Formats: sequence, C-alpha cells, structure tokens
Amino acid sequence: MNDPRQTFEIAVVGAGPAGLAAATVAAETGRRVALLDDTPWLGGQVWRGEQRAPSLPLAQNWIQRCQRSGASWLRQTSVIASPKPGVLQVEYPDGAGEIHFEKLVLATGARELLLPFPGWTLPGVMGPGGLQALVKSGWPIAGKRVVVCGTGPLLLAVADGLKQHGARIVCIAEQAPRAALLHFATNLLSYPTKIIQGAKIKMRLWGVPFLTGTWPVHAEGDGQIRSVTLTDGSRNRTEDCDVLACGFHLEPNVELPLAFGCQLNGRFVRVNEWQATTVDSIYSAGEPTGIGGADNALVEGQIAGLAAAGRTEDARRLFSSRERWHRFRDALSTAFTLRPEVTKLATNETIFCRCEDVTFGRIKQFAGWRNSKLQTRCGMGACQGRTCGAAAKLIFHTGPDAVRPPIFPARVSSLLTPSTANPNLQTKQTP
Amino acid sequence: MIETVQIFVNGKAVNIPAGTVVAAAIAAAGITQYRRSVNGAPRGPVCGMGVCMECRVTINGRAQTRSCQTVCEPGMEVQTDE
Repeated sequence: MNDPRQTFEIAVVGAGPAGLAAATVAAETGRRVALLDDTPWLGGQVWRGEQRAPSLPLAQNWIQRCQRSGASWLRQTSVIASPKPGVLQVEYPDGAGEIHFEKLVLATGARELLLPFPGWTLPGVMGPGGLQALVKSGWPIAGKRVVVCGTGPLLLAVADGLKQHGARIVCIAEQAPRAALLHFATNLLSYPTKIIQGAKIKMRLWGVPFLTGTWPVHAEGDGQIRSVTLTDGSRNRTEDCDVLACGFHLEPNVELPLAFGCQLNGRFVRVNEWQATTVDSIYSAGEPTGIGGADNALVEGQIAGLAAAGRTEDARRLFSSRERWHRFRDALSTAFTLRPEVTKLATNETIFCRCEDVTFGRIKQFAGWRNSKLQTRCGMGACQGRTCGAAAKLIFHTGPDAVRPPIFPARVSSLLTPSTANPNLQTKQTP
Repeated sequence: MIETVQIFVNGKAVNIPAGTVVAAAIAAAGITQYRRSVNGAPRGPVCGMGVCMECRVTINGRAQTRSCQTVCEPGMEVQTDE
C-alpha cells in the first residue's frame, strides 16, 4: 500500500469534515485525489469513532460518500516536510515516502487551547476534547468523578458524552459570563439543528451544576489530580475529582500552512473566496481559517475541493451557505471570548512548557518567543511548541511565527528515505 | 459478543475490547503515570489526539510512541516510565 512515491492531481491533508468534503467533491469530478491523515480513521477528531461505531447520520453520509468517491485514502500518514514545491514528504507507521501533487488542500483542523495554571501538569488533567476522544477509544471513565471547565460549546458536549459513558459529572464551569451565553443562545435561533442538539444535551445534563463566569484557579494532587479549586472572581469552591477536563476552546493547526509559506490573518490562515491561500495552488478549509465547527468546515471544504478541481461555478453555489455558517462562527468567537483572568493563572513555579519543564517564572524574564527558546528551551521539546506556543501567543503576545522541518516528530529513517537525493530538507518559510 | 484483545502493560496482561487505544488500555490497567517529565514529574495523556506528546510510552520496543494514537494489537508489549 505504501509506495515510496505517489502522484496525484489534488492532495488533501486532514480527513476531518473539511478534508473529507474537499477530497470527496474533488474526486467526484474525476480528479485523481489523495486524502491523508495522521489517524487510522476517516472523520478527524470531531467525528472520531464514527467509522467504527456510527452515531451521527451527517458523518456517516460524508464518510460513505468519500469512500465511494474514488479518492485514495492514505491513513496514518503524517506530513513531515515539503522538500520542494509540489511534494509532501510523509511518514507511515512502517515507512516513509513522497506524495506529488498539483493542488493542495490543507484541512489540518484544530487542537484544544490549553492554558497553564498551578497543577495543570498532574496526570488526570486533560483537555475536554482529548478526554472525550480517549473515552471513545476505550478509556475507562465509568464511575469517575469529572469536573469539566474552561470555555466553549465543547464543554457541554463532552460532559454529555462522558455522562453517557457512566462518568459522574461533578460540575461544568464555563468562564464566559451568563449574559454572553444567553446572547449566543438567541443567535442560535437561526440554526435549528444547533438548537435541537443543544436542547437534547441540556436535558441529558439535567441536575448537573452549570456554573457560568467561573474558571479554574489551581488543581491539587499527589501523582494524580485529587481536587480543583474554581472561582467566579469573588468566591472560591473546591471540588474533589478523579479527572479534570479543562480546555479553552480551540487553537487552529496552522503549522503546515506556515511551513508552506501561507500568510496568516491573525491566528488563522488567510484565504480568499475560493478558500485559496496566499500561496499558489494551495487551499485551506475548516478550523485553520477560523473556528466554525463541522458544518462550516463541510461547506468550506466543498468550496476548496471544487475550486481546486477547477469547478468554480459549482463552488460559487455554496457561497451563501458559507456566509450563514460564518455568522455562526462569529457568534461563537464573541460568546466565548476569554476573560483576561484565565491568561493570568500561572504562578512563577507553574510549568509553562510541559515538554522541557520550563516554568512561567523563567519564561517571563525573556522578551520574545525566539529569545525564550534560546535561553530556556521552551517550545523546543517533543510537541514542538504546539501547547506552550499557543498559550504564549495569548499570554505574552509572542509565539511561534515560523515552522521548521520536520513539521512533526519523525523517525531518522523517514528523513533519510526516499529524499536522500534531495538533502535540502527545507520549507520555503525557513529563512 | 465483543471481541477482546490481550496486551501486556509493564509485563502484566490486560484484556480490552478490540479497537481500544494503548493509552486507554494503560488507564484500564490502573496506571496514571505514563512517562516522567525531564525533571522526573509524573505525566499522563492530555490532548488525546496526538499533539501534546505527554502520553509517550515504549510500544514493542519502540520508544517515544504516542499511546493515544496507537490501537492495541494482540500480544503488544507496552512499557511506561515507572
């Protein structure tokens, strides 16, 4: 299955809703399309488990349509570099290779934004989405006491999912104030599917305390979490728990777009009406271009896929739908704006860079991300600054601005083959 | 009937449903410390989606493998940093 060198007209990176949609519609026009993902399944993180245990009709439709579309599905395939334009250097579990392409769609999704607070490195403190993903993959949660906190619509969805798996949800603490959430709820009136989804979740979580304007202060434990202290700014409350699910909404995965030299617009990849980035023949769709959820990603992905396939008129028909989901995206961003307090939770002793054990106290002495890296090794560990870099952007207003290969940690053997003929393992971005 | 798979976590047999990821099997074995940080502090999975690298363990002799991204296969040998 893993030929060292494969050629496609269109390569799509990321098999979540945006990538699935892009690859499917492009392949349906008769193009030779590759769909790559780091994971073994179609559906990305948001539709994790759907291929194995179907539950969402929308996900099923897209997964099945993709499988019929003729797109080649390259699972467990990580992009580690772009040795030259039109080429992706990839790693498989058991080897490495090159994907040659004419057009590229980057649908790299998002990860959770994790912010440092005292105790956040204790085992048992996890991202809500991360915990949900693990529970879907067999993590034992039945009977466990779970506090869910942070911000974003994911908190309720995760609490609901965990409860269905037998977890005891102690409480849900949302940092956004009640007024912002009520305003968001009225915005939802134009999205009936979201209203129904939300109402069902709220009903299943009947009796679970939902605290608004409340955020975590510190977690306590000895080798693993035992309790968390939450605050509403005036009063603290401490809750015993076995697991703390804490995340502050989503951070776009822009490492790959950056490695290709795509320009950003704030935190997000800059795209035009065709979802084309600032780099010729490279498109982007879904969360990297703005946190809008699966519905928005499906529309953007279709537009990107059709545009990459040269079907601009078909793409144009989806513009009004995209506009509608962009309004939802804007409402999300307004409702779940982070309060300044949650960016000031770390104390001098709090670990800031988890990979290299660099404390907040050390990092704050240095001006600028590059300087901090040089002096402290922060952001230079295994996650390559994906966790602390995102936090630094918010807390210090400085963070990773360039990406060097390998874009993802890779085996030495993958770096040596098959690109030994081209020792210049450089992306265009690297100065 | 659910198909089960047996793997070995730190030498101890663990039976889990087919399709379980290694990170979940380690938790099922009652282990909370997957690796030690550079200063020796215990760490466990955080992001659950292959980004944070906190769940790295040795799987079938290959060190630094993300346990959240690896599906259990029969007879797999997993070693955490105890």
